[in-house]
Amino acid sequence: MISSRRVLALSGAVLWLALVVPPVPQILQSTMTLQMLVQIPLLAAAGWFASYAVPRHVEEALARWNGEGIAGLLLATFAAAVWMLPRMMDASVDDFHFALAKFASVPLLIGAPLALSWPRMGFVVRGVFLLESIATAFRMGWLYLASPERLCSNYLWNDQQQLGRYLIALGVVMCLVVMWKLIWGRMRISGTGSGNGSRNAVSPSARRACAAG
Amino acid sequence: MRLRALLASLAILAAGLAVLSYATDGFRAFTTETARRIEVREHPRLVPDVLLQTANAQPLQFRALRGRWLLVDFIYTRCPTLCTAQGSEFARLQDRLAKPIARKQITLLSISFDPDNDAPARLADYQQRFGDRGAGWIAARPADAASLAQLSRVFGVTAVPDGMGGFVHNAAIAVIDPGGHLVAILDWDDPGAAAAYVEARLVS
Repeated sequence: MISSRRVLALSGAVLWLALVVPPVPQILQSTMTLQMLVQIPLLAAAGWFASYAVPRHVEEALARWNGEGIAGLLLATFAAAVWMLPRMMDASVDDFHFALAKFASVPLLIGAPLALSWPRMGFVVRGVFLLESIATAFRMGWLYLASPERLCSNYLWNDQQQLGRYLIALGVVMCLVVMWKLIWGRMRISGTGSGNGSRNAVSPSARRACAAG
Repeated sequence: MRLRALLASLAILAAGLAVLSYATDGFRAFTTETARRIEVREHPRLVPDVLLQTANAQPLQFRALRGRWLLVDFIYTRCPTLCTAQGSEFARLQDRLAKPIARKQITLLSISFDPDNDAPARLADYQQRFGDRGAGWIAARPADAASLAQLSRVFGVTAVPDGMGGFVHNAAIAVIDPGGHLVAILDWDDPGAAAAYVEARLVS
């Protein structure tokens, strides 16, 4: 078990390195679509995996402040909102300091908190999170499709339109997945995630709850 | 457990709103373009004394233009789209502002951000193409790379290759006061507003 945690943490670190070593950032920031739908999600994924490096006693201590995973979810939501601002996407292309801030904050403030919070979220919190994610994909997609102006100074209008279409498609796919889970998936309706807060010692019921998302 | 979760959530909520507010200039600027306009309006910047070369191949120090209002736009003469409108708008501004231009209270200035292609002859051709009325409109290019870099930074000019040999750029009309400060960035497609802005501030 311990070695599998190490492997996950290490793979997170390797993924992070692969994302920040030139010329990868330049490539992934060359279009708005790549930055928003590839670079930022992969940075968050790196943080998700790297969170397995958090020692269990620290995880337990954090969990006491993170009932139902709400605090972690809130943190991830705000960090995601900041990096969704057209202005911040521009700044991370123009200014190396903002790029560094993105490389650090997306894994640490989006990926890792979500990884630590997801197992503790109950059905309702997960539902709110998923539906709000779907709504955000539709809202942003609609905004990019409807805007007659370029929202990022560094990206072309066509790129913005393409991103808009991809976001709408993403929203549709997430909707379908959630519907599929609701109709055919197995899930636990009440209670929080695994009671003792350790992600290794997941009870069978918590494991199912994870699968339900 | 619940109290601690609530406290943590409230702390994150407060910090998150503070960061979002900071990142958007108090929920006013969600795009780089809006941000640069607010920044310039609230903190006018002194334009550095860069060296330009005009359409008749004369050197021109930016400082020499002090003492009058300047309406500045950034162009490249090969532009097939936006700049054609920018060019004819400046020619129309020459008509609307003919009196203050004759009194040397206002000058229009088009600066190329593509100096490698925009030699003086090209700039002169650009002005002619859009009906230069012959007074009060200077077209120029930065004399060297350093001048271009300084101007781009101060004015916040971003030009992205459009994949067809041209550029997509954040066109606008920048206003510089007689003291040489960049005081406003206005919509490129509303020259009337730019003219009104300066007319309202002219000492009559």
